[in-house]
Amino acid sequence: MPKVTVDGQEIEVPAGATVLQACELAGKEIPRFCYHERLSIAGNCRMCLVEVAPGPPKPQASCALPAADGQTIRTDTPMVKKAREGVMEFLLINHPLDCPICDQGGECDLQDQAMAYGRSYSRFDENKRSVDDKYMGPVIKTAMTRCIQCTRCVRFADEVAGTPELGLLYRGEDLQITAYLERALTSELSGNLADLCPVGALLQRPQIFEMRPWELRKVPSIDVMDAVGTNIRLDLRGPQVMRILPRINEDVNEEWCSDKTRHHADALVRGRLDRPWVRVNGKLQESTWGEALDVFADKLRAAGSKVAAVAGDLLDAETMFVAKKLLETRGSAMLEGRQTGLNYDVSSLSAVAFNSTIAGIEEADAILLVGSNPRWEAPLINTRIRKAARRHGAKVFSIGPLVDLAYPVTNIGDDLSLLGNLPANVAEAFAAAERPAIIVGPGALGAGALGAALAAAASLNVVREGWNGFNVIHTAASRMAGLLLGYAQKGGIADLEAAGPEVVLLLGADEVAAERFPGAFKVYIGHHGDAGARQADLVLPGAAYSEKHGTYVNLEGRVQRGEKASFPPGDGREDWTIFRAVSDLLGTPLPFDRFDQLRAAMVAEVPALGIDGLIDLPWAPPSLPADASGPVTLPIKDFYLTNAITRASPTMQRCSAELLHGETIAEAAE
Amino acid sequence: MGSVTPLADKDRIFTNLYGFQSPDLKAAQARGDWDNTAALMARGQDTIIDEVKASGLRGRGGAGFPTGMKWSFMPKEPKPGKPNFLVINADESEPGSCKDREILRHDPHKLVEGALIAGFAMRARAAYIYVRGEFIVEAAALEKAVKEAYTAGLLGKNAAKSGYDFDVFVHRGAGAYICGEETAMLESLEGKQGRPRLKPPFPAGAGLYGCPTTVNNVESIAVVPTILRRGAAWFAGFGNPKNEGTKLFQISGHVNKPCVVEESMSIPFRELIDRHCGGIRGGWDNLLAVIPGGSSVPLVPAAEIMDAPMDFDGLKALGSGLGTAAVIVMDKSTDIVRAIARLSYFYKHESCGQCTPCREGTGWMWRIMERLREGDAAPEMIDRLYDVTKQVEGHTICALGDAAAWPIQGLIRHFRPELERRIAERSGGMLEAAE
Repeated sequence: MPKVTVDGQEIEVPAGATVLQACELAGKEIPRFCYHERLSIAGNCRMCLVEVAPGPPKPQASCALPAADGQTIRTDTPMVKKAREGVMEFLLINHPLDCPICDQGGECDLQDQAMAYGRSYSRFDENKRSVDDKYMGPVIKTAMTRCIQCTRCVRFADEVAGTPELGLLYRGEDLQITAYLERALTSELSGNLADLCPVGALLQRPQIFEMRPWELRKVPSIDVMDAVGTNIRLDLRGPQVMRILPRINEDVNEEWCSDKTRHHADALVRGRLDRPWVRVNGKLQESTWGEALDVFADKLRAAGSKVAAVAGDLLDAETMFVAKKLLETRGSAMLEGRQTGLNYDVSSLSAVAFNSTIAGIEEADAILLVGSNPRWEAPLINTRIRKAARRHGAKVFSIGPLVDLAYPVTNIGDDLSLLGNLPANVAEAFAAAERPAIIVGPGALGAGALGAALAAAASLNVVREGWNGFNVIHTAASRMAGLLLGYAQKGGIADLEAAGPEVVLLLGADEVAAERFPGAFKVYIGHHGDAGARQADLVLPGAAYSEKHGTYVNLEGRVQRGEKASFPPGDGREDWTIFRAVSDLLGTPLPFDRFDQLRAAMVAEVPALGIDGLIDLPWAPPSLPADASGPVTLPIKDFYLTNAITRASPTMQRCSAELLHGETIAEAAE
Repeated sequence: MGSVTPLADKDRIFTNLYGFQSPDLKAAQARGDWDNTAALMARGQDTIIDEVKASGLRGRGGAGFPTGMKWSFMPKEPKPGKPNFLVINADESEPGSCKDREILRHDPHKLVEGALIAGFAMRARAAYIYVRGEFIVEAAALEKAVKEAYTAGLLGKNAAKSGYDFDVFVHRGAGAYICGEETAMLESLEGKQGRPRLKPPFPAGAGLYGCPTTVNNVESIAVVPTILRRGAAWFAGFGNPKNEGTKLFQISGHVNKPCVVEESMSIPFRELIDRHCGGIRGGWDNLLAVIPGGSSVPLVPAAEIMDAPMDFDGLKALGSGLGTAAVIVMDKSTDIVRAIARLSYFYKHESCGQCTPCREGTGWMWRIMERLREGDAAPEMIDRLYDVTKQVEGHTICALGDAAAWPIQGLIRHFRPELERRIAERSGGMLEAAE
């Protein structure tokens, strides 16, 4: 542990720390543009200059200089002040200073640091440089004249996203950042480029000229687009979610989020169900709550215990709990969350969880993907696997269709029988590995390969002292909480169908095939007019995840809570109140009148949902038949259009059309 | 202790500098190259390094770092999979410099033999010679020499029957000045854009492909075999203390006979010009200023340079430097402001654009220089320019920022009255409207 002195304050810093980190540990703010904790060090902006002794008699770039024992670092000398002022002046001479019309204004590193470390005047009276804007796809809008060439975007694309499609053209003051042949970035993480950009050169295209950061109200939430549980922040103006940003959570999403997470915001005000609808003579007709709830209660009364509930992918635990309670009062336990017919064994949650943890998969040194495309199923797990491959050369193998995962993968075929008969190169890599991991994707779950994967895990010894490398990727944010609450039948949704329910509650369930449950009265309770509402006989408008408090359990079993940020539009209600109201009509009122009572009742019944963080899932694999064969397919066909919200989003539709289907979108000249 | 007498023909290292003889292997051997190289190498690696240290040889690429010491930074026992490399910088692009091209096209075997010996001394697996892109004939001559050496068994397995395996690769650049910076050269050799790396780590720790690497100038390497043959004491016998040896001077500009000539270090400027260049055009009274070490060192006015010793320390004392000993002589017909403005344009054009002060500063400095050339400026613009050069100098990743700043600083230091005169002349006739 080297000891350094920062502005007279002696501190010990961890070995391998840089001078910049040492200064931060000492509580000194060091201005920077190119330096970013999660990217490699470029050292090119020169903003972080400090004085270091011993060393040459000139300021040193603190981001790139290792802290060494006995160093004396000064951040407050006239030399440092002058150096910062000089660099800031250089950065600004060719910067357009168009802050009043720049979307970054108000949250711009350059603006802030110019205020803090710059001079209040410019001595530059030549013409400024201007740079042509570049096309970078449906998510990123560019204003390249504002670029200060910090290369954060280039390094993110190279290092984190694994899509090396950005680079530098020309040199000297003509240097420009560009995308390869100005084609759209093929990354599902490109929105992060605009987050990283310290100026207004890269912006979120869907939100261009829409708002100012100081108008926004910020509410912490949890993303429901996939089962990773990305920590997000909803930025609202009035009742509308204007944008979604990632929050830092080192265990889950670091500080990234996928484009789907970020840019479905425009769908929260589009295609919404804002009043009840009742099907009359085969046609849905507008209705009122009074009418609709009466119909609902009548149907429930008539059905007796022949009522089933299917939970959708975006659902919070509270809604699932209250529906379960309602069914209990009717004497039914027909609950299922796996809408597409999955029927894997859930007798032990540890066998269907991401046991290595998301952060832990970075440590794996041999990984076998079974029927999984993590890049689409869980993009932020894919970045972790990429990190493992980059940092310590983890060997990645896959069984399933060939997909580009942005790191080298050895595909050994797509037949599940390979699980019981792994080729020598896989066996060798796993034998040599200290932290081997298997990742079972939804493709494999759908093909009934959980048993075979568990058998392979046992033979490859992926569960050992201090390390559990057996991982399952789910794609539904509601899945783990649903399994905890009993939303699983032995035979999956087919069991419900076989029981012949007279009323089926579709709780935001849009992926249930319309031909299922013929003859049953379907009640859709959800927020978007999508497949679920179309097949329903009664549509009750609920709240999207941003409009209700909710508990979510991600695929590693991490319990997280999102906050209510606004209200459902129109006559929409928070889902739990609908169940509470109908239970009243049925004469068996549910025992909670407020949300906190509901949450307390849920935690009392399922204590795991009350904790903060990882649920303890002791490793107890069930013994399942280990035979699986036949080719495995991947269920997600379109990354950008996986649920009711994204299908209603113009941005997601454009991403899908342009990035996945190769359509060119013409832009009006500005 | 060295003496500063003119160099005798018998003491010249580069005996075919002017190409009067053939550059090929046979002729080179007749001039003494490749003469029992194995015996030189048999002295042992550390002995060779000590000998080079004792000779006082300082790097000929401009910075003047002691060559032997540089070699001694290399790991004595390379790790498996991490061989040592020697990279020879033949990317001679400094305006005014033209010594390496003479070596490459007329005496390439001195370089190739030097590469073997130096590479052996620093336990290198191979040498990469990075030749400037514009050097077409020179690269061809060098490639021919390397091929001859391979054919004669002087390179490759058991090079020159020394029992040491050594390869030499000739790599051609694409014509970027910045690739002459050692770490940018390594990037370029690796196939990337030529942008200097951050130091530390230094190349001796992690250089080419992450392996320990030493980057040396062509001249530094080419003189090594002769130093070993004639002894360190012989080489150290020229020049002033700490500035020993012989040196290729390249005199261009307003002298009667511009030339490249090998001379003893520390030779006084006047003697160098009178003896080899036929004097200053129009006589010594007509001398205005001299840039003594290539475009990146500050100019020195006539009065100060005339009797100054041409060596590292002597010129440093004048606020300039020996650089590559590319002596640019300017007589009184020179538009000195325009000359420096042209250099500023060169640095603006060649800046890699990686780091802020150089990317933005070189363009700004050039634009102000262009204004000053015309006098289209306010007098305080001179101080502003000086301040800008100070904001660039010492704040950049590599030395290009310094190199761009120094010539302008030299100009302002010595020719401020000339700058002020131009401003006054241009604005003198102009009346300002009352406010």
